[in-house]
Amino acid sequence: MTQATESRPGADAPEVNGPPKQSRFWIVEFYSSAIGKKWVMALTGIGLMGFVLVHMVGNLKMFLGRTEFDHYAESLRTLLYPIFPHGVVLWIFRIGLIVMFGFHIHSAYTLTRMNHRARPIKYQSPRDYVAVTFASRTMRWTGIIIGLYLIFHLADLTWGFANPDFVRGAAYDNLVASFERWPIAIIYILANIALGIHLFHGGWSIFQSTGMNNPRYNSARRGFAAGFAILVAGINCLFPIAVLAGVVH
Amino acid sequence: MSTTLNLKLKVWRQESADDVGAFEYYDVAVADDASFLEMLDYVNEGLILDDREPIAFDHDCREGICGSCSLMIDGQAHGPQKGTATCQLFMRKFSDGDEIVVEPWRAAGFPLVKDLAVNRAAFDRIIEAGGYISVNTGAAPDANITLVPKEAADAAMDAAACIGCGACVAACPNSAGNLFTAAKLQHLNLLPQGQPERLARTEAMVEKMEEFFGSCTNHGECQEACPKEISVDFIAMMNRDYLKAKLANRKRSGQKKFG
Repeated sequence: MTQATESRPGADAPEVNGPPKQSRFWIVEFYSSAIGKKWVMALTGIGLMGFVLVHMVGNLKMFLGRTEFDHYAESLRTLLYPIFPHGVVLWIFRIGLIVMFGFHIHSAYTLTRMNHRARPIKYQSPRDYVAVTFASRTMRWTGIIIGLYLIFHLADLTWGFANPDFVRGAAYDNLVASFERWPIAIIYILANIALGIHLFHGGWSIFQSTGMNNPRYNSARRGFAAGFAILVAGINCLFPIAVLAGVVH
Repeated sequence: MSTTLNLKLKVWRQESADDVGAFEYYDVAVADDASFLEMLDYVNEGLILDDREPIAFDHDCREGICGSCSLMIDGQAHGPQKGTATCQLFMRKFSDGDEIVVEPWRAAGFPLVKDLAVNRAAFDRIIEAGGYISVNTGAAPDANITLVPKEAADAAMDAAACIGCGACVAACPNSAGNLFTAAKLQHLNLLPQGQPERLARTEAMVEKMEEFFGSCTNHGECQEACPKEISVDFIAMMNRDYLKAKLANRKRSGQKKFG
């Protein structure tokens, strides 16, 4: 038999985030949930990891000299030419990257807001964390640093207005002129350290957020994240160091 | 023989949710074979004898299975001992002369009731949203008519160990309720009896959880704080099931939306 219980004010669960969004489109409903946003964060993260890996591999061409590097830079514009006209495939990639960055940042922003709502009153005594890492606690900040650096990087070597010696199309000379200024080189190195820290937590987080959980590879997940972060960020840091050291000139 | 510890307690006192709270200090001499809650009982006996208001804190079974006790002790949910609820934490874990800081769980989903007691009704709402299986009544089925692999039964049992204390939310830097919800989902989703409602259940419980708590950023603090040492692997399974719930052809599997 059901029993009527007296309801006291404040006795029920609180209102925090409001009811879930209803939509005719499953993808909209999915993205409006926090777990859906974590999926999007992970999938765009995979795409962006692919980009930073290919970007790093392409830049290794600078060790082969000016001709090889400039040829590589030009080849990006003639990808799949003549199936696609000159530069079209590069623009498809650029639009894809912009969309991925957009969703990656939007989901991070919305989830951060949600997390702040979830604990309006902080702990009044110091926490004694057991499992968090420096990387996991600083994802927002390393993310912001990478975003600001990305804008600077484009202004320096794509648009060229942050680089006084910029000549459109002379990729190798632009890069050397930029990295020869030691403050610029330091910005690149610091930003890539931030990228490495971001990748260390992100690389592991992908597995968790997308439910890739299998005893066959679980023990390798942290190692993959660390290896990928060191590979990409470490080699990226080598480029300005190589220019400053006169290996690339 | 037990030894006596002289401790300084720093405890959060707050009359009600609307009041402003503050830490208050208490000196206590307690035997090292007392549990943490017994230590608080001693303090409260002293307070009552002094005609002062005793410290309010949640407790019930005191044997680590009911999930009533809570407390942030020295910045860790359920204190410094791994895999232990506050009631099973004994004072021998501390040293003579220690200062111990005691705070309530802090989360918007767990509003403070008084002192160290918080309202965990949000967890009940999540269970109501789908933490059950529907069984038509009738004659009792034959034993072992539904085959369950031993490994699946073990994994489901690991998830079912959740006592719903809320340490995962309290320990999470984002106040996320993912470990609780994942445990309550997966102990059913791993078993054959849980399959008919698996997708509808996952969708309903996840979305109810997100009405109250933050989002998971994969720190892993929850599994360290959990008195039942429930693994974040269950969160990974929940994330996968949630995508399936949104992607699958639910009309065909008869799993229409709950509610």
